[in-house]
Amino acid sequence: MAPVSRPVSQVKAPVVRISGLRRSFGDNVVLNGVDIEIGKGEFVALLGRSGSGKSTILRAVAGLDSDADGQGVIDVPERRSVLFQDSRLLPWASVIDNVVLGAYDADARQRAKAALREVELSGKEDSWPKTLSGGEQQRVALARSVVRDPAFLLADEPFSALDALTRIRMQRLLQRLCQRHHPAVLFVTHDVEEALRLADRIIIIADGRVSYNEPIAGVTASPTLFETARNDILERLGVSKS
Amino acid sequence: MTLLSFSTPGDFLRHRTKSAETAKAVNLLPKPPFPAQRLLGPALVLVLWYVASEAGWISAAKMPGPDAVVTSLIEMVSSGTLATDIEASLQRAVLGLAIGVVAGFVLAVVAGLTRLGDALIDGNVQVKRSIPNLALIPLFIIWLGIGESMKISIIALGTMIPIYINTHAALKGIDRRFVELGQTVSLSRYRFLRHIVFPASLPGFFTGLRMAVTHSWTALVVVETINATSGIGFMITQARIYGQTDVVLVGLLLYGVLGFGSDALVRLLERRALSWRQSLAQ
Repeated sequence: MAPVSRPVSQVKAPVVRISGLRRSFGDNVVLNGVDIEIGKGEFVALLGRSGSGKSTILRAVAGLDSDADGQGVIDVPERRSVLFQDSRLLPWASVIDNVVLGAYDADARQRAKAALREVELSGKEDSWPKTLSGGEQQRVALARSVVRDPAFLLADEPFSALDALTRIRMQRLLQRLCQRHHPAVLFVTHDVEEALRLADRIIIIADGRVSYNEPIAGVTASPTLFETARNDILERLGVSKS
Repeated sequence: MTLLSFSTPGDFLRHRTKSAETAKAVNLLPKPPFPAQRLLGPALVLVLWYVASEAGWISAAKMPGPDAVVTSLIEMVSSGTLATDIEASLQRAVLGLAIGVVAGFVLAVVAGLTRLGDALIDGNVQVKRSIPNLALIPLFIIWLGIGESMKISIIALGTMIPIYINTHAALKGIDRRFVELGQTVSLSRYRFLRHIVFPASLPGFFTGLRMAVTHSWTALVVVETINATSGIGFMITQARIYGQTDVVLVGLLLYGVLGFGSDALVRLLERRALSWRQSLAQ
């Protein structure tokens, strides 16, 4: 079974097009021609071993890697949001001011309140970020992403620093938000189960290229399917069954 | 306490219960402060001073007791000379400080946020920093004479440095993660400065301000003992000439009260402006 990546043209009406992405830091070639397309409202999880370059892809697509050498075509929507691993809230700004950061149209504050309601943080508008728990802080970050009504959401292991219970709550919350707002999502994670639970499609990066690119719709329907898919992905990531 | 060598579950339980009753973490921090704690030390010094002078342990000519100092203070207040001197001193200190703070802040922002500014300003300020402020007095007397402008310039130049150094360091040390955040939410340069850079540098600015306030009083002491016709420093110099030790002490007392009061004021401002920092302690 050869892990052949599917031809990217399979994605219907892609809103995100990344092709021939190369990045290197000095002599170290991290990405060597990565092609990814994401359709409207499609949730793509990006997996890979530590150091495989998955975060490099995300930073390149988010436009945060002006210091790296490289080339490639990145065609992404103007309206996009980034969720970081840390909540990255400004400690000197209240919760609501953090949510409206970068959104300055007339009804931004109204939308921010609505977004905080969506992440179940109504009433915390005027709190300082430091008084919130880790999960609450990440929910504020989620509200900050939502308030921009993104056509494209980039996430860099946003739940990996949270405890197991909070992580499950956050995953469900993100699922609900995606169903409501329909952004294309590129979700970097190292958690295979998280990827299977959330994503429509899984992409694995290895040796600077896409080594696996398959839709996984329906695997959550049965435990057996889920288990099989999980073992398959783990094996592709170099973790053999014990 | 050795770790657990128990033979039966009962032993284990007893051991647990016992340690739960007796174990108490060592308190590594000082006990919490009580109200007006800071005044206790000065009050003790006053008492000792009073006792020593009443008992005649120190000569009244060299060091009059606190009651004598208070008596001359009251006299000076009622005659109105003290008010004139305090006013003159306050005016110099506040004016010099204001000019120094504005100049230090503007220079720090220009040097901290633009490459050209950094190239032109930072080196000069570092050189100025290594020249003692008071060594500039002769030069300033030649340039500006012995009037107010010389005194205020010396104070301004001295207070500018701590403001510049601390604000500049805070601007330079801004967290890169917040810069990235600004990029991902497409902040304009102006909004980036307003929402991220300035709030982030405010703690540094306040550290500088507290040092600058202290410095303004220190500089005042020196400039007022040179060629002044009013002010607390002038008052002290005159009193030395006429051997009025009590007046000298009144002057020192005033410097202490003004310095302590202004520092308290800045700390209050700082607490207000940086209330987000206390959010965990509340």
